[in-house]
Amino acid sequence: MSSLSATLSDSVVITKRNLIKVKRVPDLIVFATLSPIMFVVLFRYVFGGAIGGLPPGISYAEFLLPGIFAQTVVFGSTITGASLADDLQKGLIDRFRSLPMSRSAVLIGRTVADAGLNVVSIAVMALTGLLVGWRIRSSFGEAVAGFLVLLVFAYAVSWLMAMVGLLVRTPEVVQNASFIVIFPLTFVANTFVPLETFPSALRVFAEWNPVSAVTLASRELFGNVPPGYPVPDAWSMQNPVLYTLIWTAVILAVFVPLSVRLYQRTSTR
Amino acid sequence: MNDAILVEGLQKRFGSNTALAGVDLTVPEGSVLGLLGPNGAGKTTVVRILTTLLQPDGGRAEVAGVDVLREPDRVRSLIGLTGQYAAVDEYLTGFENLEMVGRLYRLGKRESRARAEELLERFDLTDAADRPAKTYSGGMRRRLDIAASLIARPRVLFLDEPTTGLDPRSRLGMWEFIADLAGGGTTILLTTQYLEEADRLADRMVVIDRGRVIARGTADELKAQVGGQRLEFTVTDATVLPAMVERLRPLAVDEPHVDEQARRLSIPVSGGAEVLADALRRLDGQTAAVFDVGLRRPDLDDVFLALTGHGAEESAAEEGEAGPAPGVDETPAEPVPTGGVR
Repeated sequence: MSSLSATLSDSVVITKRNLIKVKRVPDLIVFATLSPIMFVVLFRYVFGGAIGGLPPGISYAEFLLPGIFAQTVVFGSTITGASLADDLQKGLIDRFRSLPMSRSAVLIGRTVADAGLNVVSIAVMALTGLLVGWRIRSSFGEAVAGFLVLLVFAYAVSWLMAMVGLLVRTPEVVQNASFIVIFPLTFVANTFVPLETFPSALRVFAEWNPVSAVTLASRELFGNVPPGYPVPDAWSMQNPVLYTLIWTAVILAVFVPLSVRLYQRTSTR
Repeated sequence: MNDAILVEGLQKRFGSNTALAGVDLTVPEGSVLGLLGPNGAGKTTVVRILTTLLQPDGGRAEVAGVDVLREPDRVRSLIGLTGQYAAVDEYLTGFENLEMVGRLYRLGKRESRARAEELLERFDLTDAADRPAKTYSGGMRRRLDIAASLIARPRVLFLDEPTTGLDPRSRLGMWEFIADLAGGGTTILLTTQYLEEADRLADRMVVIDRGRVIARGTADELKAQVGGQRLEFTVTDATVLPAMVERLRPLAVDEPHVDEQARRLSIPVSGGAEVLADALRRLDGQTAAVFDVGLRRPDLDDVFLALTGHGAEESAAEEGEAGPAPGVDETPAEPVPTGGVR
């Protein structure tokens, strides 16, 4: 077997294993679906009325949904780190590393399975969003691109989290530590409120925050930004799709090799 | 006979802590080597290096004739590893676990499934095959773990403390499975803290302590290294012990050892069965309190104590294995020297 097809077939085996777990542990599905539903409904109805600064012609539901998509998929990718830490604790990584399998398959299988979970989350949120007033106003192709931008960015974050999981080694700590970083990252952004209301230093950070770019990119691709809506002058906000893809590429270029190398040296204890 | 495992001058440091300070060992093909030592002696480090999980800082290792450092991937396809914890995926069923490992050994779908069925049967797990491993008992998980390591018919099997944490009945069952495998010609390197386990399963033993080999040989050879035999008396009333010591002192070749707590007297002696007969004659009329008497060769606990300066129980105690209980020695009292293997 060539090494590429071997990696592929091992990755399929591992992905399948991870998806079986999703099937057997309902908590995971609940986490991946219920909390986004809750977010959509809470933000739409609790904050929706109070959040101002939106241009005429756009409802808060339309503004909000891409933001919640972005936040949820980024949080979803933390599962990668927690699950790998769990496998490490239980000795499964040792088992895998003693097998004549591809050296990257465990990580590929993990990140792919978590991307699958993100697809489910997005689908559930999109349906909920449609019920509370979100609409896609672009072409089918653009809408697909909108979902893809979100998923691809989250996939890259998964690899970063893989590294964190292998370093930290305790699933609970991975969850908590990533929460502390990711929560502000997804809030100091254009996810839930327009950037115009931010104080200036925070605003610069938010404009260059990749989460803002992902959000704006999908907002544009879903047609949730009305024509003539003023976009900040920052290059990142003028070219959100490109900026997002650059981040995605950089994260992957750095963390795929680092994580794979770390995996090859990691063992229990 | 070829060596299935060859280790030369193996060294490993973790920071300033030396885990292995030059370990040499060989395991002839088809034999079982017991790697003994207290906690932290370096047993697991040796296993990790041989199974390609860890890189040594110095030395050389070959498994099935393949250099572990130069061709780790080839080594991986020839070995099976069962680590200290049962490394099974608890959300997968027994069958799914084995099938997955089979696929990762590149056995192909059909063969992975056939082997999974076969091994579930062999390890008495057929009834539980379709239940998630989460629902398994500790013994069942361990069996599933060993089954997983056997799926590709490895030439060399590494068992790192395979019975740690198991109840006595599961342990006996596990011993049978391991003895069975050894009988089938698989080379096995077994690490353990339980001396009885090594005595029972291993052809040869290597004792390591603080990263160094401190003794090697068969159980009999190790016991011979520690010294001769001793007369052991267990009495029903500890107050008779001092008088017994006085009467038997002429037979002793070294200081007699009295354990009042265990109501036991141990006297190093030389000579065979006639010493025992002599002792009984000397005790004439005082044997009413004697509950058990025997001429015994040292067991591995003695070996351990003599070699490392501390007993194996000290480190094994946390696992709930505190050695034989006082007065309940399972070695049958025989008036002749017992063999090395019980």
